[in-house]
Amino acid sequence: MNNTIKFKIDAKEIVAEKGKTVLEAARDNGVYIPTLCNFPGVPPKGGCRMCTIKINNRFMTSCTTPAAAGMEIESNTSEISNLRKGIVELLFVSGNHFCPSCEKSGNCELQALAYKYQMMVPKYPYSFPQKDIDASSPKLIKDQNRCVLCQRCMKTIKTDKGERYFSFSKRGSELEVIMDPTLCESMTDEVAQLAMDNCPVGSILKKDIGFVEPIGTRKYDKEPIGTDIDG
Amino acid sequence: MSKKIIATASLAGCFGCHMSILDIDDRIIDLVELVEFNKSPVDDIKKFTKHVDIGIIEGGCCNSENVENLKYFRENCDILISLGECAIMGGLPALRNGIPIKECLNEAYLDGPTVGLNTEKIVPNDPELPMILDRVYPCHEVVKVDYYLPGCPPRADLIWDALVALLTGSEMDLPYEVIKFD
Repeated sequence: MNNTIKFKIDAKEIVAEKGKTVLEAARDNGVYIPTLCNFPGVPPKGGCRMCTIKINNRFMTSCTTPAAAGMEIESNTSEISNLRKGIVELLFVSGNHFCPSCEKSGNCELQALAYKYQMMVPKYPYSFPQKDIDASSPKLIKDQNRCVLCQRCMKTIKTDKGERYFSFSKRGSELEVIMDPTLCESMTDEVAQLAMDNCPVGSILKKDIGFVEPIGTRKYDKEPIGTDIDG
Repeated sequence: MSKKIIATASLAGCFGCHMSILDIDDRIIDLVELVEFNKSPVDDIKKFTKHVDIGIIEGGCCNSENVENLKYFRENCDILISLGECAIMGGLPALRNGIPIKECLNEAYLDGPTVGLNTEKIVPNDPELPMILDRVYPCHEVVKVDYYLPGCPPRADLIWDALVALLTGSEMDLPYEVIKFD
């Protein structure tokens, strides 16, 4: 039985295994679709909407949509790029993203997406919300000013028994990701580093170290995000 | 072609963006051929002596003097550019935006670790001092701004390319490396 399907993204033919999502199939075929909340190995939830594409003229999230034969998909169009840029701008104004003073600057996916879409200034007004910084854990700092609530830390950083170090607290506009004080007490350096690396922004930071990589050598200094996929 | 006129100002900024203007190195000789400076810390002209083509603003608005100065620039400049993160989004001074102003002043003058010499416990209150605003405002929330050049500071190449594009009316090339927020 033939286990592959064919469809098109921006007129490029994509050959994919059955059962893959549009996002996975695109990446396997060297087509970059930007993501923020999506993370390899974690079931997609379509939360951030960065991976929005147009399938047969309808907006869908590529991370949650199974690829199907014959789909006609638009991704890299000015209409969709503007939508994605709008999402980045909303995230910038809804938190306090002071790039010049952030340890993650240069390695931050949100910032890299802003660079990709050439955000010179967000078109929305800055909200400057009042947020806290939790530095009570021995290994980590959780800066709520920069959190985009993507849940990547909650879903990827767990103990051997599967307990989560991070969880949601409060609701609505006060929703935030907090650290479990007991579990974080015994967190190893490796887990702390992984938590920092898996955070797309600078909301989870490893203590006692920062600004290690000089400007010019960081992940997104020279090449836009996604270059590793679409070259 | 007559020379275009440029004015610059540093509001709630650190002069780093002005330093970055100087960082265009020997191209500054070409710039002098292209433009004439009016009100600017570069030549220390305090008041506009003529109408200006391009006004370049570094820093956001943290006090009443910044607002007054910014409006003065808007009135006297055809094109206004927000240069750098502070002008665009408030920058580091805006870190105080989540803190009530009274708390900020108390920390700076009464309760902080470095206030030992302020034995009379005075929060500066001379009427000559500009009034501090409730928060730091990006320039485009106070007046209309035409262009934005991000960076902390903006790369010299970005400033140069933007100025040349504006002065000559040519298309601006924006390579990936020049748009950075830090």
